[in-house]
Amino acid sequence: MTRRSALPGFGPALTITLVWVSLIVLLPLTSLALRPWELGLMGVWHSITEPRVLAALRLSFGAAALAAVVNVPFGLLVAWVMVRYRFPGRRLADSLIDMPLALPTAVAGIALTALFAPKGWIGAWLLPLGIKVAYTPVGIMVALVFVGLPFVVRTLEPVLMDLPLEAEEAAATLGATRSQTLRKVVIPALAPALLAGFAAALARGVGEYGSVIFIAGNMPMLSEIAPLLIVIRLEQLDYAGAAALGLVMLLVSFSILLLLNLLQKRMGVKIR
Amino acid sequence: MSEAFSQGLPVATRERPATRLVLTLFTVVLLVLFLLLPLAVVFTEALSHGLGKIRDSLTDPEAITSIELTLLVAAISVPLNSVCGVAAAWCIGRFQFPGRSLLITLIELPFSVSPVISGLVWVLLFGANGWFGPMLDRAGLRIIFAVPGLVLATVLVTFPFVARTLIPLMQEQGASEEEAAITLGAGLWQMFWRVTLPNIRWGLLYGVLLCNARAMGEFGAVAVVSGHIRGQTMTMPLQVEALFNDYDWVGAFTIAGLLSLLALVTLAVKAALEYRIGERSGALL
Repeated sequence: MTRRSALPGFGPALTITLVWVSLIVLLPLTSLALRPWELGLMGVWHSITEPRVLAALRLSFGAAALAAVVNVPFGLLVAWVMVRYRFPGRRLADSLIDMPLALPTAVAGIALTALFAPKGWIGAWLLPLGIKVAYTPVGIMVALVFVGLPFVVRTLEPVLMDLPLEAEEAAATLGATRSQTLRKVVIPALAPALLAGFAAALARGVGEYGSVIFIAGNMPMLSEIAPLLIVIRLEQLDYAGAAALGLVMLLVSFSILLLLNLLQKRMGVKIR
Repeated sequence: MSEAFSQGLPVATRERPATRLVLTLFTVVLLVLFLLLPLAVVFTEALSHGLGKIRDSLTDPEAITSIELTLLVAAISVPLNSVCGVAAAWCIGRFQFPGRSLLITLIELPFSVSPVISGLVWVLLFGANGWFGPMLDRAGLRIIFAVPGLVLATVLVTFPFVARTLIPLMQEQGASEEEAAITLGAGLWQMFWRVTLPNIRWGLLYGVLLCNARAMGEFGAVAVVSGHIRGQTMTMPLQVEALFNDYDWVGAFTIAGLLSLLALVTLAVKAALEYRIGERSGALL
């Protein structure tokens, strides 16, 4: 061990940390990586290519991606208003943005269901328009937009605060209109942060469970998310099948995150 | 938070006043609708049959057990994760060693794992068909479908909060005060209690606050390991689910209301602590 510091306590602190990380993170994740293979290679393949599994994976990743796409402009608007404008109640509004993270997911789930049910405050308005949200894939989207918003806003806010104003002033001096400046100067400078926010919201949405299952309706092939299918397989004591699905979810989301991370690096601007 | 803009932005970098007004109003209305309506519906539904029904729901033995269990699980997992979080922040924030960044990645890993997977892994280890399941069975120990499983799942989910808040804080503060204390002859514990802890106390409180909020509100991970035994392994969020599925809306929304109050208190204390620390520490809940 190379220690540069003259401070004491490195050994005990590292020991505690390593023991804790091994017991709480490494050992459990090892079991996730190893358990599927007791089905054999073909068994794992069959287990994760069942039509019901593929439909659930498509739904989880598709809905999470779509919700993250919605959250990018929504989050940009919120972050812009919070950082650039001053208005009464701004601090209060800013701390409210964390509500979806502070509110337990099960509470968010039943609250959104109550709001968007056919007789709910919002659902009753949408029903005459022929829009059904609760118990459909649209409901899954609504829940994922709700839990994903803070990730985009909180990723953008610090970057927006540090954004130098000189470039915007220069553009304005050179005769650009405000919307031209925003399009050609501000948005490109924010692009890596927008991508990072998108990635964070996507990652959260893929694994989200509590806020989704109440509003989803949970029909196999139609509105059944992948985490729910893991729970169902566990209830059937199909441990290996549950582990296989969990492993696939982890690997796919890590690959997507890695790809987005590389893309972000190629944009050339370092965040944080 | 930066106050650079409070004096007003340079004219060239402002939108027109009308645009600003419209954007601000639109955003505030959107936030209120989207973030506060769910909260409003929780309290409205809970109160919809009067206060008497709320009292009945809260004095129900199953509800009381779920509240006690939630407090118990948080009381075990939050201190464990706090001590280990401080230890992790001490070695990562104060020393350079091989594998340091790998360790950071491992500590943050639980944030990018689905809660359901965070529960699943414990079943794979300790469930009836788990690696250690038969062994535990012979010894007469129960982990899955019992309190230890709830604690393990909660610990895994809330593992990163304290370390993640403290590492950037400690790096920013630097080690000079601690080095001075050691040079002047202080021991490890003297330095920790007199210098380190006072310096990091608000950050530590911030991490503990977020850790606790998540520990009490966790649903997915505990749902997998709980087995849903009424009056025994139901934490508050699980009780909310059970009551909701029983069409006992008043009961479900009453417990949900308690959890919402917890969320509101958490947000208020968080805002106060951010004011203390001087800025947002960058840690998401």
